[in-house]
Amino acid sequence: MTARRLVVNAIARVEGEGALRLVVDGGRVQTAELNIYEPPRFFEALLRGRAWTEPPDITARICGICPVAYQTSACNALEAACGVELDGPLADLRRLLYCGEWISSHTLHIHLLHAPDFLGYPDGIAMAAGHRKAVERGLALKKTGNALLELIGGRAVHPVNVRVGGFYSVPARADLAPMRERLLGALDQAREVVRWVAGFDFPDHEVGHDLLSAREPGRYPIDRGTVLTSTGTEFPAAEFPAHVVERQVPHSTALHASLDGHRYLTGPLARYSLNSALLGPAARAAAAAAGLGPECRNPFRSIVVRAVEVVHAVEEALRLIDGYERPGRPSVEITPRAATGHGVSEAPRGLLYHRYTLDGAGLVTAAAIVPPTSQNQAVIEDDLCRLAGTRLDLADDALALFCERVIRNHDPCISCATHFLDLTVTRR
Amino acid sequence: MSLPTLAVWKFASCDGCQLTLLDCEDELLALAGRVRIAAFTEASSAVLPGPYDVSLVEGSITTPADERRIREVRAQSGVLVTIGACATSGGIQALRNFGDVAEFAASVYASPEYLSTLDTSTPISAHVPVDFELRGCPIDRRQLLETLGAFLAGRKPDLPDTSVCTECKRCGLTCVTVADGTPCLGPVTHAGCGALCPAHSRGCFGCFGPMAKPNTAALLPILRTCGMDEGAIGRVFATFNAAAPDFAAVSRERRP
Repeated sequence: MTARRLVVNAIARVEGEGALRLVVDGGRVQTAELNIYEPPRFFEALLRGRAWTEPPDITARICGICPVAYQTSACNALEAACGVELDGPLADLRRLLYCGEWISSHTLHIHLLHAPDFLGYPDGIAMAAGHRKAVERGLALKKTGNALLELIGGRAVHPVNVRVGGFYSVPARADLAPMRERLLGALDQAREVVRWVAGFDFPDHEVGHDLLSAREPGRYPIDRGTVLTSTGTEFPAAEFPAHVVERQVPHSTALHASLDGHRYLTGPLARYSLNSALLGPAARAAAAAAGLGPECRNPFRSIVVRAVEVVHAVEEALRLIDGYERPGRPSVEITPRAATGHGVSEAPRGLLYHRYTLDGAGLVTAAAIVPPTSQNQAVIEDDLCRLAGTRLDLADDALALFCERVIRNHDPCISCATHFLDLTVTRR
Repeated sequence: MSLPTLAVWKFASCDGCQLTLLDCEDELLALAGRVRIAAFTEASSAVLPGPYDVSLVEGSITTPADERRIREVRAQSGVLVTIGACATSGGIQALRNFGDVAEFAASVYASPEYLSTLDTSTPISAHVPVDFELRGCPIDRRQLLETLGAFLAGRKPDLPDTSVCTECKRCGLTCVTVADGTPCLGPVTHAGCGALCPAHSRGCFGCFGPMAKPNTAALLPILRTCGMDEGAIGRVFATFNAAAPDFAAVSRERRP
């Protein structure tokens, strides 16, 4: 028996650093280990001793691509600890800011990270040579998402205007009017993006895993909610630790999570499959035209689901702007207390859970964060096992490229866990 | 004439500063026509071999492997520019420098023995010579474009090293400290953000790190007058530029 060990490639176009090790024996993939070797940054330890006002700013720095998700889940958890829930225009503004992040982050992933896989380019910039219009449209759409983030949050990366209880300042109705015009243009662009990506060539593959997403009554989940699973279980954020358990694996600095003992998926496919009936009318129509049914379990088609979610985020932003009345004050009064609070929200990559315990002085005594990537890691490894197994006739470099595609379907934000993917194939 | 080559490298960080390059939506394709992006793993699968004319480095040094890797990057780079608070002052993860990393690891990971990590998070300049440091958590897009343009033109970037206060005045903003008694690090923080926080009725929290020669001693009584106790003062100086010496000195005196 000859063992062949090869370091083949670096995984590009994901956030963070990872490596993949495949062991192939007797024509079958025995194991696929995604090694996230992003240096550990110890956020949960660093948060201890900080004031209740600080986690939104600090945890934003876990990920530059989805800082609003971190800020929102942190606010939700800390507000829950203090017995406060935002409503009215402050809650609408928080959701509006989050729409900006969905538009920007999904559009970045679609155009600069994911579409090049389908069209045979190493990156979005090279892709512009043959698909200039599509790339320019994507950049324009991303710019609108960033403009919305800047308008409400002050800055696209690590917004400064978010605080527990609301905001530091709130816009007047008139401030939002120019954004409304931009979003109307973005709605057309977003629909075109759905049509564009729906025409790509998708390998057949369906995942059978349990699915998990946030759930909001009557609307597609973005900024808050309970937790819903495909097994029909629904529970409040406070029960998340009773259902989702993380364990450490030797080959990665990201933890592996399981849902009631099972491997599960969170993110666009889970969100869409559990909530597609709640999409806005334009997004529902775009999904139907793209050939998506009420569920989508093919990870390769996640790019279509993301594009549909961009349409939804744009029309949701328009709805929120149309209904906006400037609140009387930018934030609600909060008195910290000794308590534990739990909060979830839907990061573009999937459900993001935060938990904080405060002491009587309002200082954090314990913090826990479960990012989407650690929840999805076991599913990504399972995908790799199954899918690489169907392509073992490929040469190592082509196999590596295919594995990278499989990983990029899930848009893992490895910085979350804590960009290179070195692929090692051992063939026996 | 061949285009100058640009490489982007990541160490311990959140990817936000590299993302700022991709956030130059209007300039990205134009820039790609002026330089050859030779290595940028966040954005491209294609990596060309060095040497590279300009390297942008994001993130701090927190592992033995990264201590070695930054020397390789330096050896391959003509001009090396650090981008952001992690690369210029160790970032938020430099809070470990003031704590017990073994205890941190044990509190976050069930099996800390699987980790390979250093006791410190250090800026790039602690390991290799750096040609220019771009501040911010995250960096500012306009400052990034000025810096890239300058090095591609063979000149020094024209960036202010004054305080956020000067930007705030130029924006015509009312001082949040004088008018509202809001604590603000603007007087001692490096310019570059365009006074974003005061523009949102918030005090500056120092994400661009200390300006050149900050007079922190003069600011402390004002922060106290605005209602900050010693713990809060210690914490605000110990955030995204915790290991920058001028800020570390203030927070170190106030550690419990």
